[in-house]
Amino acid sequence: MGYKGLKKVDIIFDCANCEPLEVLKKALAMTPDQIIEQIISSGLRGRGGAGFPTGLKWKLAKAEKSDVKYVICNADEGEPGTFKDREILDVVPSKVLVGMAICAYAIGAKEGFVYLRNEYNFLLKDLNPLIEKFNKNIQNLGLDFTIKMFSGSGAYICGEESALFESMEGKRGEPRNKPPYPTKIGYNGKPTVINNVETLVYCTMIIRIGVEPFKKLGTSDSRGSKVFSISGDTTKAGIYELELGIGVDEFVKEFGNGDTKAVQIGGASGFCVPRKDFKNKIIGFEGVPTGGSMMIFNSSRSMYNVLKDYLEFFAEESCGQCTPCRVGTQQLLKGIEAIKRGEKPSSYLNQLLKLTETMKVASKCGLGQSVQNSFSSIVNNFREEMIY
Amino acid sequence: MSIINLTIDNKKVSIEKGQTILDAAKKVNVRIPTLCHHEDLCVAGNCRVCVVEVEGSKTLSASCAVPAEDGMVVKTNTPKVRNARKDIVALLVSEHNTQCTTCYRSMNCELQALSAEYNIDNNRYLSVLKPNIEIDRSSWSIEKDDSKCVRCQRCVRTCAELQHVNALTVSGKGKDMKISTFMDLPLNEAICTNCGQCVIHCPTGALTERRYFDRVWEAIGNEKKHVVINTAPSVRVAIGEMLGYPVGSRVTGKMVTSLKRLGVDSVLDTDFSADLTIVEEGYELLQRLRKALVENDTSIKLPMITSCSPGWVKFIEHIFPEHLGHLSTCKSPQQMFGALSKTYYAEKKGIDPKDIVSISIMPCAAKKFEANRPEMNDSGYRDIDAGLTTRELGHMINQAGLNFAELEDSEFDSIMGESTGAGAIFGATGGVMEAALRTAYELVTGRDVPFDNLNILPVRGMEGIKEAAIKLENCLPDWSFLEGVELKVAVAHGLINARKIMDQVAAGKSPYHFIEVMACPGGCIGGGGQPIPTNDEIRKKRAEAIYEEDMNMPVRKSHKNPEIIKIYKEFLKEPLGEVSHRLLHTSYKKRNHY
Ligand SMILES: Cc1cc2nc3c(=O)[nH]c(=O)nc-3n(C[C@H](O)[C@H](O)[C@H](O)COP(=O)(O)O)c2cc1C
Ligand code: SF4
Ligand code: SF4
Ligand code: SF4
Ligand code: SF4
Ligand code: FES
Repeated sequence: MGYKGLKKVDIIFDCANCEPLEVLKKALAMTPDQIIEQIISSGLRGRGGAGFPTGLKWKLAKAEKSDVKYVICNADEGEPGTFKDREILDVVPSKVLVGMAICAYAIGAKEGFVYLRNEYNFLLKDLNPLIEKFNKNIQNLGLDFTIKMFSGSGAYICGEESALFESMEGKRGEPRNKPPYPTKIGYNGKPTVINNVETLVYCTMIIRIGVEPFKKLGTSDSRGSKVFSISGDTTKAGIYELELGIGVDEFVKEFGNGDTKAVQIGGASGFCVPRKDFKNKIIGFEGVPTGGSMMIFNSSRSMYNVLKDYLEFFAEESCGQCTPCRVGTQQLLKGIEAIKRGEKPSSYLNQLLKLTETMKVASKCGLGQSVQNSFSSIVNNFREEMIY
Repeated sequence: MSIINLTIDNKKVSIEKGQTILDAAKKVNVRIPTLCHHEDLCVAGNCRVCVVEVEGSKTLSASCAVPAEDGMVVKTNTPKVRNARKDIVALLVSEHNTQCTTCYRSMNCELQALSAEYNIDNNRYLSVLKPNIEIDRSSWSIEKDDSKCVRCQRCVRTCAELQHVNALTVSGKGKDMKISTFMDLPLNEAICTNCGQCVIHCPTGALTERRYFDRVWEAIGNEKKHVVINTAPSVRVAIGEMLGYPVGSRVTGKMVTSLKRLGVDSVLDTDFSADLTIVEEGYELLQRLRKALVENDTSIKLPMITSCSPGWVKFIEHIFPEHLGHLSTCKSPQQMFGALSKTYYAEKKGIDPKDIVSISIMPCAAKKFEANRPEMNDSGYRDIDAGLTTRELGHMINQAGLNFAELEDSEFDSIMGESTGAGAIFGATGGVMEAALRTAYELVTGRDVPFDNLNILPVRGMEGIKEAAIKLENCLPDWSFLEGVELKVAVAHGLINARKIMDQVAAGKSPYHFIEVMACPGGCIGGGGQPIPTNDEIRKKRAEAIYEEDMNMPVRKSHKNPEIIKIYKEFLKEPLGEVSHRLLHTSYKKRNHY
């Protein structure tokens, strides 16, 4: 494990005023295959949560034979405790658009969409004119690509890529069966690359600064840096770009308020790391992966309440179509409440833990599959708080 | 199509690429349990009951949804699979109003079967059944009980894919997700056509037909009442499925006997009124053609479209209300029968019509609504007092303790009990068209339709839309204006196909003179009131049985039915005459479009 000390990085928000079109020109001077090659060799993995290798995703989409392909920027940002995409779109929107254009050029797409979280509609005031201008500029550069905005439906599940496509197609936001994956059959049934806001900016920056400066950051499984949304019991709440692979203890030393009991890494669908594990866990795909949310809890927090909040969130935000997730989330919530009230014995927690295993292996999408992460990491580490 | 090879439970399977793991498993007789899957519908993959283990995958795969891949190694019965499946069924039970003892679908319920198979312990989980769920009994035809819903969305897919009505949708998410209508309207205010296809595709007791059999028992038990029952052509080829017979068995004689044993005063045949419909409708078509071709009357709407499927009638009233003029004004055979049972029949039998209770046994849920349409009282009484489904009759026969298989055969009573092969084939898609052509062609030319054995094969079968054309030559003098006309007809079944036909009509581009539309896939043999389950193979077998029924009839043309000839002579006088207009024809109304 490549344990690292804390290191602040400035790639995403760097040179907010530099000319993004220059980066695009640089990309257009390369061949699509060269671009994809660079993204692959950078080791960049998706920043939306699942961590799929971005270059490979682009390569798969490029390989599809289709006249129509799409690039979609996932700006639905619904994970509790995450607000970094909003910041990126607010501060360096052009870099996001350039990332989309580079991707479009690389895979052969003519149309792109930014799927914007409903609550972020206030950004449209600035984004709309920017996109209009950007569309003209890229046409002038000879790239046949147009970006449009799409205002989301307001449901957390619509951040899941296939539910997002359904929602864009005017249907109910329900995740699809996979396979087929979006690179084969995505929006409107066409090959689609969908990337997180932050992922796209890293693509822009990898083209601009080159592969090496990015790649030398992080660990072998988690190259580069990442933007974190830090909240909870901290005096330094906010957005930070940090190198990947740092130890949780380093993180807590910097951001904790001295009394940190646990850190929830990756939001409601992520993992809870208790104090005793701070030393031997790193933040990254080989350790604790995260889409960016870091919630810090100090000793006065009830982890029962934390878990209950998450379960209420899941029971509300599950799309409700598949059995393990729809009913499982309700059972977990009702179950911990019943144990707390003494209506069920504490051994019922074991039944519930088994249930999360079923949800993990049998749910249709990432939402139901990842409920186990927070449930088991909180229940196993704070069992007594669940019971008494 | 390329062939791929995989192994399922150590058995080698070769299958066409694009098929699912479930398809592949079927090929080697490995049964994987399913719930949201239905052969008639597109894949949903939401219940997760069908999960299997695929080597190399961390999660389980929903076998109904995941395509089989070359070299795949699948295990369908590992501890991991069994645990997950059992857990999933237990979860479904935990949100379910488990009242099997009082449930209409008990013993015919997929959740019940799964729960029994996995020996579910009801105490594994807490109940998360929503409190205070109210049963929607607003519709004359369909009852919706969300407390028995497993949220498989089969109904939603049925209403969208087979029927293109979209009366049912999913509303809410997470714990509040449920099957709903537009704006959560009660079913009687929604755009629902009452076709009942959702009911026969529902795995549980969440969607059922409104039951009226208690009303029938009551009438039978009332000495003062004279109960007449008419049974539709497709009931006799399907009811056996509920009583221990294989699919496609013809049990006409036993069915008649069983009804007599129930205590019904007169067991009559809807086929009779189907024959009557053919004669009236045949004349109506010829009259429209005369007005359009000879008198150049531009108010005449062609193509004329059949009106004997009440689900279809309500569909067009909702969705194409500006084209109601295309519908034949003929009532459905059920309603013709009803009106005559309290007039002609009453008169002939010397019974006061107020004492007659007229019941129909139908393959259909929409006929319940039709029987209750306010205008259906031309006899001066409710023309039909209750419309029952094939399933309800099956229940009544069981309630009466009859050993169906041991019953002798018997004949329909008279009058209005005699029928023809033409009336019989009404029950299958294309049947009305075939019967109509047998009659109309002969009326116009004096000769048999130019098909072997009167079998008009182009309009038979399960193709969604079928077409045929018959050239009218050497016409009789009365019909000389039709000389040389090529009569173009089409047949559509399933409302999705009806919509295609209507889009053409609405665009003014329909090339046909006459169109048969049935709301249900396969026609009445696939009706929403038929025994559950349903699928293409079952529908085909029932249809075959109907055509056998036809071939076994001495008379196979509606206008040659002796009782039809008699009723015109003694009562109706002439097709489209004054009495017909009063009793046998109707009008339609515009309905809301949501
Ligand atoms: C329930 C759920 C919600 C998600 N929400 C988001 C989101 O808000 N933003 C996002 O970028 N990805 C979200 N994802 C991940 C996307 O499905 C997808 O993997 C991602 O957009 C791919 O981009 P990336 O490869 O750049 O990370 C979500 C996934 C799940 C299962
Ligand atoms: S896991 Fe949850 S969110 Fe995903 S499809 Fe199933 S019910 Fe919907
Ligand atoms: S729907 Fe099925 S499981 Fe539910 S009560 Fe009825 S028979 Fe029992
Ligand atoms: S009503 Fe029936 S078919 Fe529809 S979702 Fe519920 S259980 Fe499934
Ligand atoms: S009865 Fe027919 S139209 Fe009505 S909801 Fe069911 S499938 Fe749809
Ligand atoms: S039958 Fe496969 S998921 Fe429901």
